[in-house]
Amino acid sequence: MHDFAKHAPAGTDWAALRRDFPILDQQVHGQPLVYLDSAASSQRPRAVIDAISHYYEHDHSNVHRGIHELSNRATTAYEAARVRTAAFLNARTPNEIVFTKGTTESINLVATSWGSQHVKAGDTILLTELEHHANIIPWQLLAARTGAKLVYIPVLGDSGVLDLSRLDELLTPAVKIFSLVHISNTMGTINPVAELCARARALGVMTLVDAAQSAGHLPLDVQSLGCDFLVFSGHKILGPTGTGVLYGREEVFATMPPYQGGGEMIVRVDWQESKFKPAPHGFEAGTPHVAGAVGLHAAMDYLDNVGRQNIFDHDRDLAAYAYTRLSELGGIRLFGPGTDRAGLVSFTMDDVHAHDIVTMADQHGVALRGGHHCNQPLHRKLGVPSSARASFYFYNTRDEVDTLIEVVEKIRAFFNR
Amino acid sequence: MDLDLEELYQTVVLDHSRKPRNFGPLADATVTVSGDNPTCGDEIALSLRLDSATDRLEAVGFTGSGCSICMASTSLMTTKIKGKTRAEATALLADFQGMITGQTPAAEAPKTLGDLRLLNGVAKFPQRIKCATLGWHALKGALAESAPVNFSLDNHDGSKS
Repeated sequence: MHDFAKHAPAGTDWAALRRDFPILDQQVHGQPLVYLDSAASSQRPRAVIDAISHYYEHDHSNVHRGIHELSNRATTAYEAARVRTAAFLNARTPNEIVFTKGTTESINLVATSWGSQHVKAGDTILLTELEHHANIIPWQLLAARTGAKLVYIPVLGDSGVLDLSRLDELLTPAVKIFSLVHISNTMGTINPVAELCARARALGVMTLVDAAQSAGHLPLDVQSLGCDFLVFSGHKILGPTGTGVLYGREEVFATMPPYQGGGEMIVRVDWQESKFKPAPHGFEAGTPHVAGAVGLHAAMDYLDNVGRQNIFDHDRDLAAYAYTRLSELGGIRLFGPGTDRAGLVSFTMDDVHAHDIVTMADQHGVALRGGHHCNQPLHRKLGVPSSARASFYFYNTRDEVDTLIEVVEKIRAFFNR
Repeated sequence: MDLDLEELYQTVVLDHSRKPRNFGPLADATVTVSGDNPTCGDEIALSLRLDSATDRLEAVGFTGSGCSICMASTSLMTTKIKGKTRAEATALLADFQGMITGQTPAAEAPKTLGDLRLLNGVAKFPQRIKCATLGWHALKGALAESAPVNFSLDNHDGSKS
């Protein structure tokens, strides 16, 4: 049983942190906003908004190509964000950090560049049934190009837990890459990624960890995880939309051809052929999202100031509380593990479609996600077209979970009248 | 309960969503069109039996699953189009589209729509208009002169997880 007496660690003023998020202080449909959709996109603290404004007001220019003062400042800020990201993940060197548009582009980059070099007909790409579409479709496209095949580690029904009894049979030397999610965005499952990456590495299988739902919520150390690639998006970790990170081991990046061609990524260009820079710049064609990197830097500073373990404990406490309260209501089908779940809860309600739940909740000021959460095949397996999801972050409170429960009860009463 | 919500989920609408009329496969259908809304996973297959001599829809049936608005709208639609000529059903389709998208003010919605006017509250919920129109898109496809084409409503809401 979850210990609800245990509140946030002493010394953290969660209410003060919440006040750092201007957007949360508003009414929606005449009700105080209860934002429970951070798994889709988090909100931004004033510090991130200010960092971006300050950059545009004082320091903006193009990077790496100007000799003048502003270009120098912009370049310094952009590369400082890379150094900060390397520290955030405990990468060995900033050269292991490539900035992208987001998790989706990061995975596409690996599937396209690494995949074209290393995957051929008959090879196996191993995924799990928990994967977001962004960690399925790039591999389907690669499989279609090469003749490789996709194999999935199954999920054990509503529990959201992977059937690891099948691991020996599925994770074999025929697998070229094992790409798996750290935290399921639908189930809240926390996969044992360090153990799974170690198993893969022992067989010489490459690994990619989709950390979209974990990077902003718990401490990550790519060296102790032992993965070859790790990807996440800035907008889910308090940063700007259109920012993302691809971590890759330096020696792996060295084997990969360019992803996109253009300015910034070249050493020398001739009419017929060109020479390219190594990672990270060789994978960042064109003018990058400098302001985005600046905002991401501020977001990482903010998160580490609060403490990611601290955040994780808080999110998990809220999710466990919500899970317990929802399970007490009856007529609610809950997805994902009952214990050891991350900070989100997905559910369906007898006879009430998720879209109706979400519309009704919205009218009460409660922002939920309703749909398949980019997990269509998983929902099909569960036998539901869609589910409603409440996802939590450190700016959410137990009072907001109580509001959610009240609203869910109202919805049920309304549809049962 | 909020007035807009009361308007959206009227008693007749909830009744049709719980007990959809003309629900089930249709024997001897002359045309069947399937559509889905990839945003929410709603799926509707609409079947018509068209009498070629009279050009009337002598039988209508639908299968699938969806939210209350989708099921109620499709159910109400089937009750209104059964027995109508193809031209009448096409006119009804245009009237409904006008109302549901808010192009026709609710007060001016044609009386021929009958109980379908109870769905006019949907116009205040832009994210739900596609729910209300899924079955009607299937009808449009089924009434077309050309061969029926199954379809998928575009995902315009941009939501990601």
